[in-house]
Parts: sequence; structure tokens; C-alpha cells
Amino acid sequence: MAATTSSAEARTPGEGQEEPEAAELPVAPERDAAGLGRRRAAGFVAPALILIALFLVLPAVWTLYLGATDYRLTGIPAIDPSFVGLDNVTKALGDSGFLDSLWLTLLFVLGSAVIGQAGLGFALAWWMRDRKGWVKGLLEALVMLSWILPSSVVAFLWIAFLDRDGGTLNELLRTPGTAWLLDHPMLSIIIYNVWRGSAFSMMLYAAALGNVPASHLETARLAGANGWQILRDVVFPRIRGHVLTNLLLISLWTFNDFTPFLITAGGPDGKTETLPVFIYKTALGSGQLGYGAAISFLMLLINLVVAVVYLRLLGQKKKSRKTAKSPGESRAPEEEAA
Amino acid sequence: MTHSSDPVRALLRGVGAYVLVALALAFFALPLLWLASAPFDKHPGITASVPEFTLDNFRRLWDNPNAVNSLASSVILAVGSAVLVVGLSALAAYALSRVRIRGRDGLLYALLLLSSIVTGTAAMVPIFLLAAELNLVDSYLGVILVLTGGLLPAAIFILKDFMDTTPRSYEESARVFGASPLRVMKDVVVPVVRPGLATVGVWSVAQVWGNFLIPFLLLRSPDKSPAAVVMYTFYTEGGQPDLALISTFSLLYSLPVVLMFLFVSRRYGFRFHGGIKA
Repeated sequence: MAATTSSAEARTPGEGQEEPEAAELPVAPERDAAGLGRRRAAGFVAPALILIALFLVLPAVWTLYLGATDYRLTGIPAIDPSFVGLDNVTKALGDSGFLDSLWLTLLFVLGSAVIGQAGLGFALAWWMRDRKGWVKGLLEALVMLSWILPSSVVAFLWIAFLDRDGGTLNELLRTPGTAWLLDHPMLSIIIYNVWRGSAFSMMLYAAALGNVPASHLETARLAGANGWQILRDVVFPRIRGHVLTNLLLISLWTFNDFTPFLITAGGPDGKTETLPVFIYKTALGSGQLGYGAAISFLMLLINLVVAVVYLRLLGQKKKSRKTAKSPGESRAPEEEAA
Repeated sequence: MTHSSDPVRALLRGVGAYVLVALALAFFALPLLWLASAPFDKHPGITASVPEFTLDNFRRLWDNPNAVNSLASSVILAVGSAVLVVGLSALAAYALSRVRIRGRDGLLYALLLLSSIVTGTAAMVPIFLLAAELNLVDSYLGVILVLTGGLLPAAIFILKDFMDTTPRSYEESARVFGASPLRVMKDVVVPVVRPGLATVGVWSVAQVWGNFLIPFLLLRSPDKSPAAVVMYTFYTEGGQPDLALISTFSLLYSLPVVLMFLFVSRRYGFRFHGGIKA
């Protein structure tokens, strides 16, 4: 439901009106401009679908199956795994290692993605919105650079930056001997991830802010609204969809991110052991493949729940906007009505 | 109205904004400094500092067979995957954009979600078992196919939006002149959506170029390891990380993605053309 509406929304308003009707029909031949026909269309889609089925869907289903067995890397269960049903899942829910790791993952997602990346990304996009000059260019280049460098390189850069003896941060702050990665491990990887990922939010919000008409901002300013009121009443309602899409994507990416492993390897003492790292250690470190797969399955479920919640919110926004739009396209900013 | 035009306040606000901008600049620049200084330093340490300039580190790197080989493997993996991803996703996105199939959008969303989850650590074990079953362990093809399968859903998703916004009239007229669908696609559609194809191509190369886990898992012989994996093998005889080698290699290894990014953003404008939009 939400999926259909949101992809129709992504198009330009010019062809927006024909979309909802077309969505009801299984095939709309008049749109089939190239004369593909269903059979040839299937032929065009097939190679991609086969690869996806084989290397994406099959491993996912296999994970489900493994999660219901006691499969291990070594020993008797490695040769002849037996079916244990939901035992692994119940075991995980009572396993303090898993629960701790889940908590750390939530902290990581909330701190670095939802608050950090989205907040800093928006602030950057807002500041850059109609600015030119070398400061903007330099800042934009640096933010993008931190996003496109390979993660192996970036991990090493941060290890060097935070190093206890002679790391650049300690040299700058004149705090030699402070072991950031040992004393504040979680804070370190959260800040690292804000640095690493803010570019995506910045770009997405920059595109979104381009859709906010300058005249609306001007009107609000003349009406005496301060910066915060303008953001809340004029800007935010217009970019709500972008905000939600952005939050969905960065939450999912951060939730499944493995790079903290390259910096802290889950340490010290499991203090940065987010779920991907926990699975890696359980499945390959201690060889409990079945149990690891069951945790993967739980992770998949959490991802799904997060995605469904966001898509629901997105669907609500579509409905409310449609009803609000009907009286007239050029709707006055909220605080004028108030 | 009156309070916002107060000059002292406005000045303070301007100064405050620039202090924040300066902090942001420092935050993004500082961790990168080392990458700019250490490769050119005679005795690179862990601290970023003005280097005692030398290019010897690059000569040392050139003499290290592992380093050169690994960059070549990275190129093979990245180009192979990007070609497959762009080709297959363009075909699929075109067909999905022009012919309506019930449940299409739901399916796309489901696959997109699945890909963001499964390509990570979650499906590590099955992917290894699958590759072993298909005799794809320790082959470039195995890595390319696994990575392509993971990248395809997002690529189709992005490209479909590009295809949706292109006008259909050209295709219709080409068809009137009797061109086959593949021909229409090659001569009419591809030129129009070239920025989209470039975006997806660059995105795939960047994803594969930086991927550590899949090649780490599937490529067993060291001479096939790509750059992302080899970086973790540069240690001196004493067991210390070889900083001269690591920093120089990091710089060389980063350069292609940076150049590619610059090229595409110059040429096509690296923006969200409605690719990922709500």
C-alpha cells in the first residue's frame, strides 16, 4: 500500500494524476511504449531476478533454516545437525550477551544515525542552502570525502586519530596517554559513524530543501517568525517525507554496519559489540553457526519492524497531504493561519 | 520584527554561525589529515604532522608485489560487478518501468530491504556454504556474483525512477520505424538515462571497491585478495603496523574512488534526481 503511493509520489507532479488509476490495472498496454509485451518484459527482468534469487533470497532462507538447527563449525553437529526448532530463539532472548548487544546496537543507531547523522546532515544542508564560496565548497568536499573513502582506510584513519600515544586528537587537546577507544569506546564509534555517514543526510536534505519555495520562507520571516518557528512550521511539513526516508535508510544501514569491528573489534570487553559483530563472533568465532543464524533471523525481524513503522508513517503523511492539498495548491504557511 | 533586525544580535548570530562552521570543518578535516601527510613523510608516525618530504614510500609500495596485485584484483572485482549490475539492472528497471505487473512495488521494496540486511554479516555462513556448493570459492566470479546479487535491488530501484521520468514518445516513434525492443533500449533509452546509469555504475564500483567481508570470506589464496583485505597484512618484521606502507597504500587505494566521484559529479551532478526520494 505505502509502497505504491510513495513511488507514485516520487514522480514529477505533471504525470502524477494518471498514476493512481494505472496502479489498479495489472497491465496498462497504453503505457507500454516500447511494445515489450509481458513475455519479453519477463525476459528482461529474468537475469537480474535469477541472480537475486540465488545470491540474496536463497542465503536469507538458508539462514532461517540454519537458525532452527544446532549446526556448528566443528564436532558432531557439524556433520549431522539436528533440528531444534525455536530453541535458538528462546535461548537468545534469555542470553545476556545478546540482550547487551541489542542495547548497544540501539544506542549506536539512535546516537549516530537518528540524532547524529540526521541532525548534522540537516544543519549542514540548512547552512549551505543558498550559499556560495570556498568555505562551502571546502566543507562539502570534506564531508563527501569522509563518506566515499573505503572503510578499511577510514577505520585505520580513526585508529590513528584516536591513538593513545601520539594520536592527532591527543596532540591537539594536549592530553597524551588518553586511550579514547578504551575509556569511551561506545562514544568513539558513535562519533566516528556521525563523521562517516552525515554526507548522505546532507545530500538528501539539500535536495529536499530545494523544494521549499523561497517565497514561503520570506513570508514567514516578514510575519516575524524566528528561525526555529520557520523550521517547524514552514520547512518541516514540506520535507517530512524526505526526513522519514532518510531516517529509514540510515537506521537500517547503521543497524547492519560492520565497520565498528574494524576499529574496536567489539572490544574492550564487549563494550562495542553491536549485533553484526556479535553474530560474527558467535558464528565464526565460537563456531555456533546455528545459534548465529538464529540471531541473524532476529536481526532481520527487527529490521522489518523498523521498516514497516517508517512506511506506515510515510503512508499517513501521503493521506494527510492529499486532503490538505485539495483546497488549493499554494497553501499559506501554518503560522499565518494560526 | 524589531528583535531580528537588532545589529548586535545579528552580528553575534553571524559570528556564532561561523564558529560552528569552523568546528564542522575541523571535525571533518582532522581525521583525514594523516592520509595527506604520512605517505610523503620520511619517518611517518601515527600523528599527522608536516612531513619531511619524500616519495620513497611510493617506490617501496611499487616493489611490494602484494600491494600491486591487490589493486589489480580490486579493479577486476569492481569492474566485473559494475558491468553486471548496470547491465542487468538497466534491463530489469526498463521492463518494470514500462510494463505494469501486480505487486511490483511491494516486491521491489521487499528486495531492497532484504539486500540491506543480507549482504552484511547476517548471511555470511550460507553464502560461504553456497559458494562451496557451486565451486565458486577462491574465484573472482564467486565474489562478483555474490556482490552483484546484493547490489541489484537498490540499483533497479534507483534506475526505475530514472526510467519513469523519461518521455515515452521517442520510444513510440522508434517503434513505428520497426526497431526491436532491445534496439529501442540501446539507441533511445540508454542515451536518455545515461546519468542514471553513471550514478549506478559509480555507486557499484564504490561499494565493491570498499567491500571487505565478501572477498575476505570467499577468496582463499593471498595473491587474489583485493586491496581492502591486503591492507590488514602490512606489518613490519617486529609485528608493528608498517605505517609507511599502510599510509601510502591507503592513499593510492582511495584515489580511484575519489577521482571517479569527482568525474561523475562534474559531468552529471551527483544529486538525488528523484533517485532516492520520498
